[in-house]
Amino acid sequence: MTKFNYTAKDFKSAAEVRWCPGCGDYAIMNAVQKTMADMDIAHKDFAVISGIGCSSRFPYYMSTYGFHTIHGRAAAIASGVKSANPALTVWVMTGDGDSLAIGGNHFIHLVRRNINLNLVLFNNKIYGLTKGQYSPTSDRGKITKTSPFGTIEDSFVPGQLVLGSRGTFFARAVDNNIKHTQEVLAEAALHKGTSVVEVLQNCVIFNDGIHEHISDPKFRAERQLFLKKGQPMIFGEQEDKGLILENGRLKVVKIGESGITLKDILIHEPAEDNLGLQVALINMALPEFPVAMGVIRSVAAPVYDQEMQKQIETVQKTRKITCMDDLLQSGNTWTVEGENCDEPVKFFDNKCFG
Amino acid sequence: MKNTKVIELEEVAIRFSGDSGDGMQLTGTLFSDTSALLGNDISTFPDYPSEIRAPQGTVGGVSGFQVQFGKKKITTPGDLAHVLVAMNPAALKANAAYMNPGGTIIFDVDSFSEKNFEKAQFKTNDPFTELKLNDYSLIPVPITSLTKESLKELELDNKSILRCKNMFALGLICWMFDRPLDYIEGFIQKKFGKKNPLVAEANLCVVHAGYNYGMNLQHMTPQYIVHPAPIEKGIYRNVNGNLATAWGLLAAAEKSGLELFIGSYPITPATDILQALAERKDLGVKSFQAEDEIAGICTTIGAAFAGDLAVTSTSGPGFALKSEALGLSVMAELPIVVVNVQRGGPSTGLPTKTEQSDLLQTLYGRNGESPVVVLAASTPSDCFYYAFLSAKIALERMVPVVLLTDGFLGNGSEPWRVPTMSELPPITPRKAKNPETYLPYNRDPETLAREWAIPGMEGFEHRVGGLEKNNAGGVNQDPDNHQRNSEIRAAKVEKVVEMIPELEVAGEPEGDLLVIGWGGTYGHMISSVLAMQAAGKKVSLAHFNYIKPLPKNTAEVFSKFKKIVVCELNMGQFASYLRDKLPDFKYNQVNKMKGLPFSVHELVENFDKLLEA
Repeated sequence: MTKFNYTAKDFKSAAEVRWCPGCGDYAIMNAVQKTMADMDIAHKDFAVISGIGCSSRFPYYMSTYGFHTIHGRAAAIASGVKSANPALTVWVMTGDGDSLAIGGNHFIHLVRRNINLNLVLFNNKIYGLTKGQYSPTSDRGKITKTSPFGTIEDSFVPGQLVLGSRGTFFARAVDNNIKHTQEVLAEAALHKGTSVVEVLQNCVIFNDGIHEHISDPKFRAERQLFLKKGQPMIFGEQEDKGLILENGRLKVVKIGESGITLKDILIHEPAEDNLGLQVALINMALPEFPVAMGVIRSVAAPVYDQEMQKQIETVQKTRKITCMDDLLQSGNTWTVEGENCDEPVKFFDNKCFG
Repeated sequence: MKNTKVIELEEVAIRFSGDSGDGMQLTGTLFSDTSALLGNDISTFPDYPSEIRAPQGTVGGVSGFQVQFGKKKITTPGDLAHVLVAMNPAALKANAAYMNPGGTIIFDVDSFSEKNFEKAQFKTNDPFTELKLNDYSLIPVPITSLTKESLKELELDNKSILRCKNMFALGLICWMFDRPLDYIEGFIQKKFGKKNPLVAEANLCVVHAGYNYGMNLQHMTPQYIVHPAPIEKGIYRNVNGNLATAWGLLAAAEKSGLELFIGSYPITPATDILQALAERKDLGVKSFQAEDEIAGICTTIGAAFAGDLAVTSTSGPGFALKSEALGLSVMAELPIVVVNVQRGGPSTGLPTKTEQSDLLQTLYGRNGESPVVVLAASTPSDCFYYAFLSAKIALERMVPVVLLTDGFLGNGSEPWRVPTMSELPPITPRKAKNPETYLPYNRDPETLAREWAIPGMEGFEHRVGGLEKNNAGGVNQDPDNHQRNSEIRAAKVEKVVEMIPELEVAGEPEGDLLVIGWGGTYGHMISSVLAMQAAGKKVSLAHFNYIKPLPKNTAEVFSKFKKIVVCELNMGQFASYLRDKLPDFKYNQVNKMKGLPFSVHELVENFDKLLEA
């Protein structure tokens, strides 16, 4: 039995959605709205914070409290929102340029602090709003308007950055798989701490098909490995392929060949603090490997905003200073009195304040 | 006490000076607190190098602390010191120029060695002749060897023994100025008593040794008597500007019924504000040490969106980094307070030195038409009231407020009659009340302030952002809408004039010369104007705490004087602003860019010249 019986519609605003027709953002928004409805948390307690970029228009399309901020700073502003009021459910909507370029510092420090909020990283490997320049996730050699001869730099792998920043939750999904995206977002919402969900998103105008080799539903089973907690890491149309560790490295094997049985396949344990294996899963790329989807890492750790509250409560239990008058008169004070002393002139009387 | 040369004085300035590792700041602070407790009015000026540890014994590594105290109102730490304590030749060299002619110099004769003359780059082995200090009252004291001697019974290593040297100087000065040692004893016990009883014992032993040395050798040491100052009755404490700022913000949080959030990044000389608030978990402060200056203001904006009294503290370079986000709070119309403890610039500039050169950055240093309210505190203790008022204006008018202080105010201290909370006016945040009619950018017709609805309040869900908007907070780039909103944002700031008092003049309301200052120069400004008035000159002071908007009667005040001179520690920024706002007057200027406060002497000299011209 749910308390509120919300549907996705309860989270849609009246504003006209202005993403390009066919943009991956529509699907992501539907998944987010459905997830929020399912969370069964009072509508008034949601706050959606974004930076700048196509995806950052998101708050205007939501009926919740929303704040469309400035480029790169959504993570920092959301950190302030959540620290000020941990009772709120805070979502950050951001892109690869917003969070991994101009806002990189705030992104890694948000993840490091483990503030309890959900960050959805729309990764389309391009700057869309400024009409097609390469981003920090564009692949080496990518030709764009600012790299007419191809980029000469390597890209970030967002999951690596999250785990390198001691992230406690990282998941990956694809925009055209709404059901899976929603499952992943639901798990992210439940996570205590910063959850980062990278959604491979298609920019239909400036980078159309950039993820197609991964996302094409025809090859989904062969090219994506859907990780599930406690389940063997298998994939393929026939579910006959899996991952094993060999000499410390991941290797794709076929079940039933060379004496491999299902028992030999690795079991996915996202809650284990196993950075090496989790980074290896994040790094898996076509054609040698399928691309890992789902919750790759979800570990428990102290949560910043709760620790902040706890610290205040602990100090207040034994406090000697309970109000400003206590503080003002604490410590080294002395009293001036006597006949030759004047009456005090109060600042706000003196300066005629009402 | 016979044979003692006793000098009775109205006011005395003492400068403690040594290597930055010699503990001069502590020595100066303890002496100041002792004097304040005795009922002297005081003003202090810590002057320390920006290098963490410049090479020992060099002029670059000299750390000083000047305190002026007296029986009357003390408004500055004093231009020139009457007494200098020099722990080494470098300290003598660095401070010779700041001595009252014929003053007293107490120096550690043990450290006046050839090696140290060389380090301080003296050309000869006679630094006093070299610096032309021979007609000063020179008191050589073997501070190092007497410290060692008095601690020989204790099992202390040489390094720990040498660290007690400053206590010898402190004890000696306390004798010279007839200060009791009980406060200092209490401090030492509290600081070291439990943790390190041996160090406590050593410090106590040395401070007494210094005191007794003065008493025993009184034939060579003058003793001064400075009577307590007649001041307003009440409970007093010694406070520096940064602490007063932090407490003013805390007071505003309590008055407004809001929780206080500070998002900041450490930066000299503003860090003490973040530290003072981080200490106040007992009062529920949420302190967030951000990853950079930008995150400092951005977390603050987030906290304001979420309903806290949200503040950030910084200094010039950090303020520059916050510019874009400050524009966001202008656009979103969220109430935040930004404290800029100004220092010497540009770039990294002079981190530990004072300056007033961020005024134009504060007024204009953002993209677009981006008006904010700007206040400036003028003494260490009134930082409390202007911080309080900054928060009141921000919360009642839904506008970002920048409070300008500076390194001189932030680190300088003075006795302060502490108010009770009942003396402070109420603060009424503009919390939204009616969800039926609520739109985020509906405004009070009088003040143009919008209402504040906070996530968690049912029925008020809305969006805000950095894009130009309509009343509902939705994006609107219609030409007329942008014109109208730009005018509203400007008018909203101008309407704050109704919340601030009129400009007051110190002295006659008309005369030959109106001296104009703003912010942290108040002490030196008022001292110099009082000196002029005492000499029969028709000079008055108009000192500004309200920069934007300017007080309503500003032009009227200006119109009553034959000449106007604007004095500031920059190249003329307030003068430019006044020329822009009130172009009908001729503004003379006195400007100083030395990383130091004005001296009363140089101000008086300039005013005299202007009067003669």
